[in-house]
Amino acid sequence: MSDFWRNIPFFCIMLSICSAAFTSVMPRKIARGFCLTVITAIIVMSALLVSRMYGTRESYTFMMGHFPAPWGNEIRVGRLEALTALVFSIIMALSVLGGLMRIEEHVFEDKQPLYYVMIELLMAALLAEVYTNDLFTAYVFVEIMTLTACSLIMARSKGRTIVAATRYMIWNLMGSGLFLLGLTFLYGMTGHLLMSHIREQVDLIAAAGTYPRALTITIALMCVGLAIKSGLFPFHTWLPDCYGYSTPTSSAILSSLVSKGYIFLIVKIIYRVIGMETVAASGVTNVFFAMGLSGIIMGSVSAIREKDIRRMISFSSVAQIGYVFMGIGMASEAGMVASLFHVYVHGISKSMLFLAGNGLIEASSDSKLFRDLRGSGRRNPIAGLAFTVGSFSLVGIPFLGGFVSKVYFAKAAMSLNTAPMLSVLIVLAISAVLNTVYFIKTVITIYRVPMPEDPVHEPVKHRLGLENAALICLICVNFALGVMSQPVVEGIRAGLNMFA
Amino acid sequence: MARLKNNYNESLWARLKSWYRLGSTAIDDKMQRNLSESVQETQRSEEEHAAWAQWQEARSDEALETERKLQSQVHTWSSTRVSSALRVLYSLFAVAACLMIIFMLLSAVSEMPPFGLADNPVNNEVSRRYIEDGLEETGAVNIVGGMILDYRAFDTLGESHVLFVAVCAVMLLLKINLDKNGRPTKEKLDAEADDRRYEPHHDVILQKISNVIVPSIILFGIYVVLNGHLSAGGGFSGGAIIGSGLILYVNAYGLTNASKHRIFSYKTFKGITFTALAFYGLAKGYSFFTGANHLPSGIPIGHPGDILSAGLILPLNIAVGAIVAWTMLSFYTLFRKGDF
Repeated sequence: MSDFWRNIPFFCIMLSICSAAFTSVMPRKIARGFCLTVITAIIVMSALLVSRMYGTRESYTFMMGHFPAPWGNEIRVGRLEALTALVFSIIMALSVLGGLMRIEEHVFEDKQPLYYVMIELLMAALLAEVYTNDLFTAYVFVEIMTLTACSLIMARSKGRTIVAATRYMIWNLMGSGLFLLGLTFLYGMTGHLLMSHIREQVDLIAAAGTYPRALTITIALMCVGLAIKSGLFPFHTWLPDCYGYSTPTSSAILSSLVSKGYIFLIVKIIYRVIGMETVAASGVTNVFFAMGLSGIIMGSVSAIREKDIRRMISFSSVAQIGYVFMGIGMASEAGMVASLFHVYVHGISKSMLFLAGNGLIEASSDSKLFRDLRGSGRRNPIAGLAFTVGSFSLVGIPFLGGFVSKVYFAKAAMSLNTAPMLSVLIVLAISAVLNTVYFIKTVITIYRVPMPEDPVHEPVKHRLGLENAALICLICVNFALGVMSQPVVEGIRAGLNMFA
Repeated sequence: MARLKNNYNESLWARLKSWYRLGSTAIDDKMQRNLSESVQETQRSEEEHAAWAQWQEARSDEALETERKLQSQVHTWSSTRVSSALRVLYSLFAVAACLMIIFMLLSAVSEMPPFGLADNPVNNEVSRRYIEDGLEETGAVNIVGGMILDYRAFDTLGESHVLFVAVCAVMLLLKINLDKNGRPTKEKLDAEADDRRYEPHHDVILQKISNVIVPSIILFGIYVVLNGHLSAGGGFSGGAIIGSGLILYVNAYGLTNASKHRIFSYKTFKGITFTALAFYGLAKGYSFFTGANHLPSGIPIGHPGDILSAGLILPLNIAVGAIVAWTMLSFYTLFRKGDF
């Protein structure tokens, strides 16, 4: 019985999947409580698992059914997977908690249970994607993630969200299609769906040079398909509308969890399915590197031009995703560690920015324009504080998470050749300036002393204490990531070593 | 000549001209009139009438004016030279991108191992065990059934939840709510009116034929579901057959009549989906748990070929079949008028 803790990932996945059916028949308030309870239970179990995994150097596999791996399904647990599951579930819980009032307001009363069903299934899909050791299982849960994310966008039934959801659907189905094509090609060449078995075969194929073009095209299809779904720069056109108009919880979840789930899958494919050397030889990492660098600049420039706070935060997501792909594109372990750490930091900061932005909007008669947001940080102090901390974190002020990830990016760049190293450093410097321009501008705006000609806004009434509690928790987590980054970074590094 | 002049409206030329200009002919007009009359006169209750009149009043001219302005703006922009040049450029890029992707995929496929050779990489120990030991290990004569519901059951659990997500998404998007006091909203009344307008009322041929066909379709669907572990078929295909039978019945008799049967109500849909999914999830959860921890599951495999055999596959097929059938039915009714 001493190995009973090995069942934890299985319990997490099954709990969130099974709860969906039960939530769909519950009344509104019970569904809400049930959904939050389920996510809290997942957080507790994941924390237990993380503490166990820090004590061991071995990863383990878990049979999903009566049949061993290449025949049946299998999940695999290492330190990185456990850590990611914990971070994802924490962000999920805080995002739902932080936007509860807005869900009540934006989603029709009869449909709110369905919203919570979507959240639970999204959680299940994220967990399954993090833990799975089988490419086809990953694809099935990518499908669930696509559909749930789309419903989260359109849950607020307004014209613009419907258009945004349609656009999201078209782009994402294209991404899924490319991924599925790549998966089929890979199966045709290797005859396996289990990640470790594919890896063995791919190494043989790459060494023998049996299918040189097909292998490159397969890698490109899978990586580009997932990059489209996570909103990398030239494929980001669906992103600002989706994040900008949906209900705040949906925006927070989409930007900090859904896109990160796909990025985690890319990392898994690079490390566990294809192998870093083969991917680097195919040139896909160089493409990611270039797209990441241009995304950082273009995302920031678009963010500066926005007049709407929610859309500004959305464009800043484009820039931050650019950072992550730049790290992946460095094709080194240091770059990958920096990217994964930035996935956590950005997840926490971005959900905090969306929720705090919502608090500021609420304090300004529901207007999202900067000219109405003047002085909103004074009218809603906790949201103002959270927005400031999130902005500082993404700009890269010390003691916050974003600073640490930028340091690791710069460190990782040092081991590159001269030209890429210089381009990384220059882009980091430029983007720091651009980030400062749009984030600090916003912070100054929200703390500006109201002028006599400014419109008078009603103070916020009947706020749930839970929302503020969620924001305060996010601030604490952000500080913790900035001050005690070492165990997390070590965990990521050890987890990546366990991957191979 | 005189005849032509007298009946100018009925002449071929005039009809062609009016068709070209307005896109309608006398027959179209007649049909249009019939349709609009039937809406106005058929069973609209007094309450509905009052609500309708209120909304007609509330629709102000101002809103109409803004909309017209917006449309003319869009129209002028779309007819400028810049926009048409952009459109051409866009199509050129789209074609170029598609051609590039097609070329890429073809060049990849040309390198892949040819289809159906015996020494292809896909013919390895994985498929060999499915084919050679499948019957013994799962108890299912239908290897595909054994594969999707026993060997790779986790994938299928996800796949049936994809269906569930799809239904929930369509309900989130299309289901029309009552307003806060529980009265029907404008959308609801519009949808009801639309449905009444297009509903086939007395299509005797369809009704008589569906009287004969629907029971046999549903019976065949049930057979395919129940025999999923013995012959080709299973929950997904059988459920689709049952679902199409239900849709045919609704089509022949109309939703208004069909909704008097309990089987087509929202409550039944909810109950069946919930029971099937909850059973599926719990049963598979138990099976995964015992399998992973090497505990005896206590589920008998039975004698292969019997109807009660193959362990969990038969009940799971039934659950999947129910989910698929009611998913199809609910898609049909939700897309038709946004409610059951």
